[in-house]
Amino acid sequence: MTTNKNIVRVTNVTKTFQLGKIAVHALKGVELEIPTGQYVSIMGPSGSGKSTLFNMIGGLDKPTTGKVYIDEVDVSQLDAYELAWLRCRKIGYIFQTFNIIQVMTALENVTLPMTFAGMRNDEAIEKAMGLLDLVGLGDRFQHKPFELSGGQQQRVAIARALANDPAIILADEPTGNLDLKTGEEIINLLQNLSHERDVTVISATHDIKMLNVSDLVVWIRDGRIDKIESRDELTISVGRIDARNA
Amino acid sequence: MNNADHPTQSPGNVAGIRRQVVLPLGKSIEIAYNSIRVRFFRSLITTLSLVLAVSFLSFVNVSTDVANGLLATGQPELRQALVRAGYDLAPEDRRADSSSKQRWIVLLSLLVCAVGIVNAQLMAVTERFREIGTMKCLGALDRFVMRLFLLEAGMQGLVGAAAGALGGALFALLNGFILFGGQAVRLVPANELLLSLLWATAAGCLLSLIGVAYPAWVAARMQPVEAMRVEQ
Ligand SMILES: Nc1ncnc2c1ncn2[C@@H]1O[C@H](COP(=O)(O)OP(=O)(O)O)[C@@H](O)[C@H]1O
Ligand SMILES: [Mg+2]
Repeated sequence: MTTNKNIVRVTNVTKTFQLGKIAVHALKGVELEIPTGQYVSIMGPSGSGKSTLFNMIGGLDKPTTGKVYIDEVDVSQLDAYELAWLRCRKIGYIFQTFNIIQVMTALENVTLPMTFAGMRNDEAIEKAMGLLDLVGLGDRFQHKPFELSGGQQQRVAIARALANDPAIILADEPTGNLDLKTGEEIINLLQNLSHERDVTVISATHDIKMLNVSDLVVWIRDGRIDKIESRDELTISVGRIDARNA
Repeated sequence: MNNADHPTQSPGNVAGIRRQVVLPLGKSIEIAYNSIRVRFFRSLITTLSLVLAVSFLSFVNVSTDVANGLLATGQPELRQALVRAGYDLAPEDRRADSSSKQRWIVLLSLLVCAVGIVNAQLMAVTERFREIGTMKCLGALDRFVMRLFLLEAGMQGLVGAAAGALGGALFALLNGFILFGGQAVRLVPANELLLSLLWATAAGCLLSLIGVAYPAWVAARMQPVEAMRVEQ
């Protein structure tokens, strides 16, 4: 499999947004290592900097200072072509708002990244059908997004994220726009995929349901990492949360 | 699973990252075509001003062709009819031409049309920020986005301009028929008529492409984060 133990390494990353005269410090020095093949949840309240970190790891935005390494490659050193290749082949993105391309069918949405990757059309269609089957939408491939429920759209997004067998799946609040039950189904689907396909799943969320399936939980608060807990340490703090919520 | 993407490498080596992402022309055309089809009504509105401007251009040019067909007979009564119909013919003129006033109005209508297209396309781009951002997250390069917008505009321009050119020509022939009778239509030199049609269509296509150039550039340079932030 992969030669690197840590698929993502974030070193001393800060991000400052300039809003007129006011500087918003969204990230204030984040150190993070994410081991290959794990299901990682980035937990934190709204506004704590989860999406900002998500964008940095995904190569969608550049840190103000510090560096992000994907598979030991410094993302800031990549040119536009390499960055596009990284987004196409190495990373699959899942968003709170699904972001299915509205004018395309489910099938076309899933084949698009494969087309970008240079795959032949019939091959891409065959693989996309397989992926849609995998997420339980095999019979809906001709549907347009507006004919699908939120949960189904998110499934299409998951199939699309898997299109080029990425090493990492990045999900920003994947259950944020879904009801409790659908959200749970999506979480379970992501967890199964991460185990069966050995994909590293990194999910930003404030959904406590995510805790059960995570191998690693990164608690972030106010632009800083509060603590990092592995699964066995977790049971303790989940117990605490349950106690607090009771 | 990802063996091919992980050549054995020392840390810090960029060899694991490659550069090829592609969007074949055939696929671009398919996507652009579908995009127009799905947004048919919107595309129609964008194209309508182009149809009108091009049909006006075509009308003026084909009217001149009609006049030239009549002049070429050398019959003085047809020449008289042309002068009565408002053609500015000096006694030594062998050919008719559109008046400078007409050309001025045509130019103005094309200009107004171009501004209209820029406006409509800028709006279309804002509406499609999220779509563009999503494509970029899936690995699209700036020039894929640019190409898709240019292709869409090119196709819309071709169909709209061809329709406008034909419409304007038919109207000019009808006008000639009413003013000068059946001979007006019969005597039009076919090659000049064809040339006028082609010229109007080409002008329309060009206009459509010029109109989309800036909006497409804005769309192509869009960063995915900015695109995703837009609330829709
Ligand atoms: N583009 C931006 N411009 C200005 N401020 C921003 C921008 N993006 C995020 N922020 C600010 O950074 C902080 C962290 O935001 P975000 O990463 O979206 O949090 P989360 O995803 O955890 O809810 C917030 O205070 C937010 O207002
Ligand atoms: Mg967020």
